[in-house]
Amino acid sequence: MSEQNQQHEHEHHIVSPGIYVVILLALLVGTAATVAASYIDLGEWHIAPGLTLFWNPVVALAIATTKAMLVVLFFMHAKYSTRLTKLTVASGVFLFLVLIGMTMADYFSRAWGRW
Amino acid sequence: MSAATIVSLPDQSTARIPKMNFLTKENGLLSWLLTGDHKRIATLYLISITFFFFIGGALAGLIRLELLTPQTSLMAADTYNKVFTMHGVIMVFFFLVPSVPATIGNFLIPMMVGAKDLALPKVNLLSWYLYVIAGIMAIYTMAAGGVDTGWTFTTPLSTHYLNTHVISTGLAIFVAGFSSIFTGLNFIVTIHKMRCPGMTWFRLPLFVWANYAASILMVLGTPVLAITLVLVVLERTLHIGVFDPAYGGDPILFQHLFWFYSHPAVYIMILPGMGVISEVISTFSRKRVFGYTAVAFSSVAIAVFGFFVWAHHMFIMGISNYAALVFSLLTMLVAVPSAIKIFNWAFTLYKGSITFETPMLYAFGFMGLFTIGGMTGVFLGSTGTDIHLTETYFIVAHFHFVMVGGMLMAFLSGIHFWWPKWTGRMYPEKISQLAAIVTFIGFNFTFFPQFILGTLGMPRRYAAYPPEFQALNVFSTAGATILGVGYLLPVLYLTWSLKYGAVAGNNPWQATGLEWQTQSPPLTENFPEIPIMDHEAYDYEWLEHQQQKEVASVG
Amino acid sequence: MSDSTAISNSAAPEVHHEHPPYQRHHFESVEQQADTTNFAMWLFLLTEVMFFGGLFTAYLIMRNWYYPAFVEGSHQLSIFWGTANTAVLIASSFTMAMSVWSAETRRKGALLLCLGLTLVFGFTFLGIKGIEWHEKWEKHHIPGPSFSVQSFVNPASDPEVYKEYHDQPLAPDMAQKTQEYFFLYFAMTGMHALHMVIGVGILIFMIFRARGGAYTTGHVTFVENFGLYWHFVDIIWIYLFALLYLISRH
Repeated sequence: MSEQNQQHEHEHHIVSPGIYVVILLALLVGTAATVAASYIDLGEWHIAPGLTLFWNPVVALAIATTKAMLVVLFFMHAKYSTRLTKLTVASGVFLFLVLIGMTMADYFSRAWGRW
Repeated sequence: MSAATIVSLPDQSTARIPKMNFLTKENGLLSWLLTGDHKRIATLYLISITFFFFIGGALAGLIRLELLTPQTSLMAADTYNKVFTMHGVIMVFFFLVPSVPATIGNFLIPMMVGAKDLALPKVNLLSWYLYVIAGIMAIYTMAAGGVDTGWTFTTPLSTHYLNTHVISTGLAIFVAGFSSIFTGLNFIVTIHKMRCPGMTWFRLPLFVWANYAASILMVLGTPVLAITLVLVVLERTLHIGVFDPAYGGDPILFQHLFWFYSHPAVYIMILPGMGVISEVISTFSRKRVFGYTAVAFSSVAIAVFGFFVWAHHMFIMGISNYAALVFSLLTMLVAVPSAIKIFNWAFTLYKGSITFETPMLYAFGFMGLFTIGGMTGVFLGSTGTDIHLTETYFIVAHFHFVMVGGMLMAFLSGIHFWWPKWTGRMYPEKISQLAAIVTFIGFNFTFFPQFILGTLGMPRRYAAYPPEFQALNVFSTAGATILGVGYLLPVLYLTWSLKYGAVAGNNPWQATGLEWQTQSPPLTENFPEIPIMDHEAYDYEWLEHQQQKEVASVG
Repeated sequence: MSDSTAISNSAAPEVHHEHPPYQRHHFESVEQQADTTNFAMWLFLLTEVMFFGGLFTAYLIMRNWYYPAFVEGSHQLSIFWGTANTAVLIASSFTMAMSVWSAETRRKGALLLCLGLTLVFGFTFLGIKGIEWHEKWEKHHIPGPSFSVQSFVNPASDPEVYKEYHDQPLAPDMAQKTQEYFFLYFAMTGMHALHMVIGVGILIFMIFRARGGAYTTGHVTFVENFGLYWHFVDIIWIYLFALLYLISRH
């Protein structure tokens, strides 16, 4: 039960509208930035022969992830929530990345030839 | 001592089922159909899954009958395809996945954590309704002509080249999937948030840990299956999609998404059964489970690692060698936590005071058969041998050993173990022990020959086979007949026991655990006052102490 | 052994705790109820993450395979409407967060205003989506029998898009793959829109309840938990926008 007493303080923490306004503006700026970035060719990074990283999608996803994190932390109150909530969010992100990452690893490694 | 039993029943001449219990609290159909009581919902589930089990079992009987002869004698090859597909779909999604969690888990988890109900009773009821709706859709599919893709719905066969009821089956499984998701969600929330005072994580029964791990798999894995089925249905309807090469799609993409769920699904199916075995082995050895922490963490480890190994179902399908290597290695790792459990149960038995009541017979069956099934999994996880053994009867034997020899035996063990708590009555011991032995014998005769058939090269999902395989197939079918008897008997004598079984009392097994400290059947609210947990799990000394303090007879 | 123990029979008849009417009987306190339902909603959102995860996986594979088709397909989407929709949803997330604040601080008027604005933004989003989809219909870019690859084998035939991007004509087989792009576009935005529709429906329900004072008497969990859902739907759109609209506009 003491576990729940600690949570009381977090549950009743009321986030101020000021913070919400700041986050709103940050999200709108991020949107403008990502649109602008898509009109510019940001080039690529030739890691190895046959392995190139294009910066445009990296930047787009990075901005999207930043926006998403702001929404999760502040609009969804994750920053003010229990460790359990944070662990829950983290495990969801982790498994999502496992799904995408390990599946794409199969596709990418096919190009590496048969041993 | 060898004929000893730990059963301790109240004096039958004066004992009565408690008048006020969850079964008698309210009467009428609506009180059942609109209930929030987790025990009533568990009962509803028990009836539903038993129904589907026998449909799946009948389909299994048809398969074995067909395979008596090398030619397609009993039914056309297309019909045979439908039979094994529906057998797989029903057994996996309508029996095995909900088997222990939705019945025994629903019934026990609130009591085991010391709560009055699950966290979200209405969601629990919704979960059952979704199961029923899905079941109706599955029955419609069978009546309308069935589906013949195999339960794995491989594309583009399922999206492009077949004219059978893929869509209705896919949607049925979609709905059943959400039933499963909501059950798992409820369990996770309950176990985190509704434990009674003093009930720390490491005082929980291992059954709770096992269901917690399975629930994580249900919540995180099933949605991927759901979206995959949606994409299959869309592709079939719109004739455009991401799984058919004719449109530019990739069949292997389907398999990645399908197996991302369906591999964790096998752990969803087995983990709750392992939870049952922990409880049963402890009770019938009169000893706490050896290495509680290891067993608890191994459940979570199986859940976590279970998410990293799915492509071992795809070794021959066209994934890259590097992916095959990684997945094979991870598959070897995921076997370790399961092995840890078997070792720990064995060490629990060592120097324990062992008796052989029916739940324990099933538990022994589980330990032996699951070990064999699990070890044959190592041959399949190793890419070199998998190339020869996959898509043969070796695979069929492997998963039936773990699922039927393992999981179904664990389910029956649990049903018998908690039957007195659920109904207030004992089942008849002698005939149930006979049924357990008949099941064990029938099972081995049915499925052991299939390992041999697989190594000899008999492919799975074929109605016709080369004549040199007939002898082993006949043997297998003979075993299946015995197995059928073994499964029919419990239905008969358990139903009989509802009226004529001995009155069980609170704790016929003298087991530890909060559920055994309440009346049988329990009150609707489980405990009039929330209990306070002040001892470790499997604390038989505490139990002895408790029994000494108890009033021996009413004055 | 007797068939009754100290716990179940000799205890006093069920002690009736004082608790607010909205506290369900299996909970010991309102805090436990709020905490529990909040955690349940986060878990549900996890299932939604994995649900959309399958779509994102399919999208990433297909985009890698058919990059030119995906680029030219994305040029057919209006950056103006897409950006506008993104701004609309972000604004709606803001008003939803303000709704939760209003409920927490027991300001019924503010709650109704913020929920109402969230609803307006929600409808606006769906309206703009409708406009976009209608445009796709008119240009024969809905996958299926009516699909036309004309704009991709001969980009000059589509002057509005051509003057912006000067796309190269695609070979016929790669041009056909734009159907995969649009299949995924409609599947992903459609699934997202379905979640928006459900959200809008619940918003309307909440506004009715809020008018009766349901959420401004200390019981805010419904608004809070719905807020989580709404923000999640916003996050999905943030990624959809980046992946579907902004593949390459240079």
